[in-house]
Amino acid sequence: MADDEKQPGVPSTGAGGASGPTGATADREIRAESSAGAVAQGPLEQHRPHAPTVTGRAREGMFGIDGSGDTSGFGGLRLPAYAPAPAERPYGGWFDEVVDETAAALDEGGVTTFEDAVPQVTVDRGEMTWYVAREHLPTLATTLRDDPALRFEFCSGVSGVDYGEGIPQQLHSVTQLLSMTYRRRLRLEVCLDLADPHCPSLVPIYPTADWHERETWDMFGIVYDGHPSLTRILMPDDWNGHPQLKSYPLGGIPVEYKGAEIPPPDQRRAYT
Amino acid sequence: MSTLEPGLDPQTDPYAASSRETTEGTVYTVTGGDWDELLGETTGDERIVINMGPQHPSTHGVLRLVLEISGETVTDCRLVIGYLHTGIEKNCEYRTWTQGVTFVTRCDYLAPLFTETAYCMSTERLLGVEVPTRAQVIRVLLMEINRIGSHLVALATGGMELGALTGMTNGFREREEVLHLLEFLTGLRMNHAFIRPGGVVQDLPEGAEKRILEFCDVMDSRLPGFHQLLTGNAIWQQRLVGIGYLPLDGCLSLGVTGPILRSAGLAWDLRKIDPYLGYEQYDFEVPTDNAADSFARYKLRVEEMHQSLRIVRQCVEALEPGPTMVEDAKIAWPAKLSIGADGMGNSLEHVRKIMGQSMESLIHHFKLVTEGFKVPPGQAYVPIESPRGELGAHLVSDGGTRPLRVHLRDPSFVNLQAAPAMCEGGMISDVIAALASLDPVMGGCDR
Repeated sequence: MADDEKQPGVPSTGAGGASGPTGATADREIRAESSAGAVAQGPLEQHRPHAPTVTGRAREGMFGIDGSGDTSGFGGLRLPAYAPAPAERPYGGWFDEVVDETAAALDEGGVTTFEDAVPQVTVDRGEMTWYVAREHLPTLATTLRDDPALRFEFCSGVSGVDYGEGIPQQLHSVTQLLSMTYRRRLRLEVCLDLADPHCPSLVPIYPTADWHERETWDMFGIVYDGHPSLTRILMPDDWNGHPQLKSYPLGGIPVEYKGAEIPPPDQRRAYT
Repeated sequence: MSTLEPGLDPQTDPYAASSRETTEGTVYTVTGGDWDELLGETTGDERIVINMGPQHPSTHGVLRLVLEISGETVTDCRLVIGYLHTGIEKNCEYRTWTQGVTFVTRCDYLAPLFTETAYCMSTERLLGVEVPTRAQVIRVLLMEINRIGSHLVALATGGMELGALTGMTNGFREREEVLHLLEFLTGLRMNHAFIRPGGVVQDLPEGAEKRILEFCDVMDSRLPGFHQLLTGNAIWQQRLVGIGYLPLDGCLSLGVTGPILRSAGLAWDLRKIDPYLGYEQYDFEVPTDNAADSFARYKLRVEEMHQSLRIVRQCVEALEPGPTMVEDAKIAWPAKLSIGADGMGNSLEHVRKIMGQSMESLIHHFKLVTEGFKVPPGQAYVPIESPRGELGAHLVSDGGTRPLRVHLRDPSFVNLQAAPAMCEGGMISDVIAALASLDPVMGGCDR
């Protein structure tokens, strides 16, 4: 943070500024510790190299044992948190072409550049994922849909992923796009903080996102700004909490089976 | 006054609605069939909101409709879903990858084998394993049999909702054949959990080929019955032709896939477009239509059943002896099942081996069953063509033995969004016909 060009006079809380699509507070940087305060990003700051998106937690111990004084050696197992690696050029296949076309179309539009809108590109298992800066999502989606060389005219769906406690920007809003013209699939992912779960809505661009975004709001509490009626869809209207969050308990009661008591699934020993 | 020819000219039609002024106010004369004209003059801003469902025989499951009507015309249609939400996606996060199959199979209860396949293919992409050929053929075979069953229910319930009860009884009778066959092949009529990450849980039983071909013959003799009973039926046509119209641009913007998209003229079938499980080696056609209405969708479903039968026959020919599960013993579930006295269970031979002869086998069995296998971190989205359209499984792994996130992009959920576009402006009775042509399965919609 020391080398950040801070702008004096800009509100220094993440929620202070407008959190909608045009808000300048969308903080792309990943911080394990946000105690320094989410500072509104100045324009110059956008050129900082993007920290890789982390989507896993560091593991310790084979059986999740901690604080038990375990001396068996199992506790010595340590794995770093998983972060999907940013892809290197050439990406292979049609991936390069789509990135080039999008970059050219965005430059032409003049609103943003590809580097700003998509800080990270990942190619994994034959699928391409773009980690998108949320304030640029509508511009990017419109470009992807309308540009004749891209033609992602079909939105397969929007859903959420909660990567769990302790992971920076643990909430992800995942959009699957499909180009029927070129038969390509692309995934757009927006990473969000649990404290500021705002993401611009795609409904004006892809009307099919309507129910998907309502479901994601219902299940994860991601607020899609600009959605025509963001209400619960699967849970009852007066439900408290967002069930798919990792912090939300699964529920269940212990069951007796042949004399032994089987704990509910979320309290059983996990091996991960 | 000239001689009256009824129905030709509203001015001279003796049955037209008319009104005359009297000292007591306006007096209306209504003779039937012309309520709309009359209501148009008198109703003003009055609205009637009616609730249909969730417990209603014509809403195709626990779907609730809130209809705003003006006369018999639907002016506004809102759908309320979630009555069958069972938290399957959340539950999967607390089970191993293999156990997840038994959950996702309960989503779309008319097409369980499709959900299983999508989930397993996504898992396999994360694992980076290739399924043996025989397992691929068995999967295709089961899915196509399942597709016939699912379309039969679509026709049967659709017929029932429109009052064609013989269509229902015939459809369910034919579906029994499908379920009997699936029971013979997988052990269960539904909720099979037969397709597992890495392949299928066990090989087909002895005599499977013969039973499948017999089934094909039965279907060949019975499917034309739908044409005889319904296709040329004047009432059936009047209820369906031009109803539930949704053109191609509407389908694309609303994310609609499957027979509804194909009824609008786009031959978009993932089996052809993006072949998986060796679909490219089967010879079949993707029927399309241009009418974009309920009748076109009905015809497409009937035709798709014939095409599925073609694929099933080719699958039987393509069945070569071979493994039905990946070789990797770290992934392949040790499902050494056999038919025992109490139904299906572990084969005694296998139990004898792991209990009596090989300690390592016992440890391995125990570890794999209780702990499961680890899946490398990452995410995968695999779409397949279910009877209702694109069924995608978006799975996220954090490297553990349980999925971090399981999301099913269910076509019922997405296609239902198109219902207001199909219904508004039409009659209440046509809402039923339009919904039936969407063929939503609420188990998949609500998950």
